[in-house]
Amino acid sequence: MEVRVQNVRKEFDRFPALHDVSLDIVSGELIALLGPSGSGKTTLLRLIAGLERPTAGRIFFGDEDASEKSVQERNIGFVFQHYALFRHMTILENVSFGLKVRPRSTRPPAGEIRRRALELLDLVQLSGLERRYPNQLSGGQRQRVALARALAIEPRVLLLDEPFGALDAQVRRELRKWLREIHERTGHTTIFVTHDQEEALELADRLCVMSQGRIEQVGTPDSVYDSPTSPFVFGFIGESSELAVNVERGDIWLGDRPIGIAAGDNQGPARLFFRPHDIELVEGDAALAGVVASSRRVGGTRRVELELGGAGHRVEIDLPFDHPAGERSRIAFRPKRWQLFPA
Amino acid sequence: MKGFGRFRQPSVIPGFGLTLGFTITYFSLIILVPITALVLRSTGLGWNGFWAAALDPRVLASLRTSFLTALIAAGINVVFGTLIAWVLVRYRFPGRRIFDAMVDLPFALPTAVAGIALTAIYAPNGFVGQWVAPLGLRIAYTPIGITIAMIFIGLPFVVRTIQPILEEASKEVEEASATLGASRLQTISRVLLPSLTPAILTGFALAFARAVGEYGSVIFIAGNIPFVSEIAPLLIVIRLEEFNYAGAAVIATVMLAISFLMLFVINLIQAWSRRRYGYGS
Repeated sequence: MEVRVQNVRKEFDRFPALHDVSLDIVSGELIALLGPSGSGKTTLLRLIAGLERPTAGRIFFGDEDASEKSVQERNIGFVFQHYALFRHMTILENVSFGLKVRPRSTRPPAGEIRRRALELLDLVQLSGLERRYPNQLSGGQRQRVALARALAIEPRVLLLDEPFGALDAQVRRELRKWLREIHERTGHTTIFVTHDQEEALELADRLCVMSQGRIEQVGTPDSVYDSPTSPFVFGFIGESSELAVNVERGDIWLGDRPIGIAAGDNQGPARLFFRPHDIELVEGDAALAGVVASSRRVGGTRRVELELGGAGHRVEIDLPFDHPAGERSRIAFRPKRWQLFPA
Repeated sequence: MKGFGRFRQPSVIPGFGLTLGFTITYFSLIILVPITALVLRSTGLGWNGFWAAALDPRVLASLRTSFLTALIAAGINVVFGTLIAWVLVRYRFPGRRIFDAMVDLPFALPTAVAGIALTAIYAPNGFVGQWVAPLGLRIAYTPIGITIAMIFIGLPFVVRTIQPILEEASKEVEEASATLGASRLQTISRVLLPSLTPAILTGFALAFARAVGEYGSVIFIAGNIPFVSEIAPLLIVIRLEEFNYAGAAVIATVMLAISFLMLFVINLIQAWSRRRYGYGS
């Protein structure tokens, strides 16, 4: 089911949480709403679910205008960060709940409900636990129950609000992989909210990066990572170093020195962004050069903080972990890939 | 203290021996000694004398009146107390804080004042009584009046036990229920109320216990007609005034036994539901 969000605005007590947001979600894709807290990502998800009403704008499920429909009528699956399981019900009762509350005319017979719930528990690899209560399960297991419960109603869209936020790193990685598998097997249009960029990059077909109630950029993980369209996205996704520079006569200047990379036509002050690992070490003057202020080992590389010139600019670059650079040694480098944004 | 050693869990909280000793001493002084004295007193009549006093028709009638009215009052309090707690927790309206404070008034009001006020209202010539009297319905001086007094004094117990649990209940669970297609009514009956069960049971037990033991407010509205509207606590006082101390102790002991049994059963149900729903874990 494709979902279209059209010029949606949402205010809470006159406080704007979303400004005029539009987003087209393709049927069957797994899209991540990514942003820092307060960016409006959860509000957008809840608007799509029908848990909130937009102040203005429309939401379409396929060709159907769902804006005025209640959450019950929208037929969506929603997974909450803190599971929101019914703790007085067994796991099986939790999963069958959505089918049991249907009006008699559309409710499957009891045996069929049970069969489907057990089948879903099998899908989420919790067979044999159907008679337990939620408080007898681990966090990761509870979230899988929550997902099975959401899938039981055969939702048109699956919405997940920071589904792995309350879990520890190990379980989170496991569930991520597993959610991807489930998505591929069931083919549901899936929208999930996260503030964890690693999670979004790994899991999603497309990212929708949000900040301060606006959508900053929508695209595949590759395009968002490799060509961010705004300083915010560059800084938020992946590691980045930033320098305040000047563009003059087609060259980029840091202070009174050209740094040996050519800029376009724009003149004046600008912000230069590059990734710490996207650099090459060079000899000679026409480069960014500085002394090592500190260095630490990050996985297979060494993250070095360089102090450039006298103006107190500091940037981070990655060196091979066996690079001999010590404290105070001088290093010259050039970003291999970089982006300029007007200051 | 050596004997307690095996109950002792390694713990960072010190003073197990001291606090347990204090608890037992305090418990004995405040609860066990008076109750033991009461039970001993009632055995002064001997086995046959005890049963003769306990099975006296007037005593049985008063016990039935007391426990029936207390059960009905606690039941009514559970329904409306839950509703009041719900309104106070879930909605914001002008005067909410005043209503919230007023819930405690039955705690604070001297029970005799409450009794007299209720009697004045429900008597056949009273504010409410004059309207129901022509219908042939008498409230004051009947078990209905007793029930009303018991509802009055028991209400805060129910509201105050359910309120904090409702406040804690996560809105997400209700939202989850809605996303699964459940109507508002289904969410309340299948999700919200079951999760309140332990608190409702506690409220019921407290309101019931208070109502059974209530004396001050009830005797004014009850009319105290033997075999009709005479409550057991009043009969105890009557026996005392007759200097029949053993007889009074017998009624008290029987009340105690029945109350204890009922509270114990409620406690068991609670412990079971708590374990099941994972409270306190």
